[in-house]
Amino acid sequence: MAEKIYNWLDERLGLEAIYGTVLDRKVPKVNWWFTLGSASLFLAGMQAVTGIFLTMYYVPSPDKAYDSIQYIMNDVAFGWLIRGIHHWGASLMVVIVFLHMLRTFFYGAYKYPREITWLTGTFLLLFTLGMGFTGYLLPWNQRSFWATMVGTEIAGTVPLMGDFILKVLRGGTDLSAVTLARFFSAHIWILPAGIVSMISVHMYLIIRLGISNIPSEEE
Amino acid sequence: MAKKASSPNLSRRDFSKIVMAFLGSIMGAFVGLPIIGYIISPALKTQKIDDWVSLGALDGYPIGTPKLFSFTRTKVNGWERTTNSFGVFVLRKSASDLVVLSNVCTHLSCRVKWIEENQAYVCPCHDAEFGIEGKVLYGPPPRPMDEYEFKIEDGNILIHLTEG
Ligand code: HEM
Ligand code: FES
Repeated sequence: MAEKIYNWLDERLGLEAIYGTVLDRKVPKVNWWFTLGSASLFLAGMQAVTGIFLTMYYVPSPDKAYDSIQYIMNDVAFGWLIRGIHHWGASLMVVIVFLHMLRTFFYGAYKYPREITWLTGTFLLLFTLGMGFTGYLLPWNQRSFWATMVGTEIAGTVPLMGDFILKVLRGGTDLSAVTLARFFSAHIWILPAGIVSMISVHMYLIIRLGISNIPSEEE
Repeated sequence: MAKKASSPNLSRRDFSKIVMAFLGSIMGAFVGLPIIGYIISPALKTQKIDDWVSLGALDGYPIGTPKLFSFTRTKVNGWERTTNSFGVFVLRKSASDLVVLSNVCTHLSCRVKWIEENQAYVCPCHDAEFGIEGKVLYGPPPRPMDEYEFKIEDGNILIHLTEG
């Protein structure tokens, strides 16, 4: 029965073909460093799932943000777990994505024909850091407030445009309700949209080009 | 699926598949099951109110005319505190015989008012009238005014507030 259903679906959806191209690829003899990209992908997925559920209770307004997080931590069943995974996963993801970049750098995997994989990767690193920066403000506690104060001030030291950049980030001169709302918007819509599109191109290229070999002495 | 060249031993490929499926299910359950609890937990919280509220000294209420007593209760819903106001009419029929009525109209929850000349509680919304002890005299309400259980302790009136 299960096989019949599977065959029926496969005939129409081409499941075997998808499986073949996406997973049954030829891979050169590689090592554990090559798992870091998949680890990044897994963490991105984990952040997406836990983040989606956090928005069920989180409220991005200065008078409720802190209380809504207290509620998640103390009153919602497993709220501490969902937030904990999202919190620690964020730091872990930055580390893993960075290590993944180092591995592709030191193995020279960014060279022809993989320049665009690298390019989309640089955006992924920036967006991942952006997620960390915008997410840090959301709990609206003393630490997140002052960290964002300092962070936006650093952006403000850019020559000539600095003041303008600072105001765009904060949505005005002060770090305010407007800042919190736009950081939230960036954190749940703008940056994830960027990450999803960049991951799509990144993964398409990996499937299209295959994984590079470990460079050998003769090369 | 196509049969592979059969060997009595598990192939490396099948072994990996089984390990992947096993670890994948554990990880999926580790996040998936808590998420179910996470979503439904506010629904499982009981927000029962079961309090005795003091209306002050019995002697402060006149005999024969209803007197309104108002108080507020704060309820916590998630990260929000809502303050609800309550109004009760205390009618002292005799020195110790009381009726305590909620001022919420039993039709659609407007607040009723005691009108001395009509000798009735009048609802401003659809002109309902209730008698001094809460009986429907006129209008759409489906039942008499709601009564509170009460007790008298040390000369103070206490009413039993329940909800949920
Ligand atoms: C959200 C972040 C990222 C995800 C989910 C991701 C995912 C992946 C995956 C699954 C692979 C397959 C090979 C492997 O795992 O090593 C890969 C390869 C690659 N990634 Fe990333 N990546 C991310 C960020 C980056 C960054 C920051 C860079 C560099 C700036 C980068 C550059 C590359 C390159 C050049 C390859 C090709 C490696 C080869 O063919 O050997 N990626 N990526
Ligand atoms: S609400 Fe009181 S009469 Fe309709």
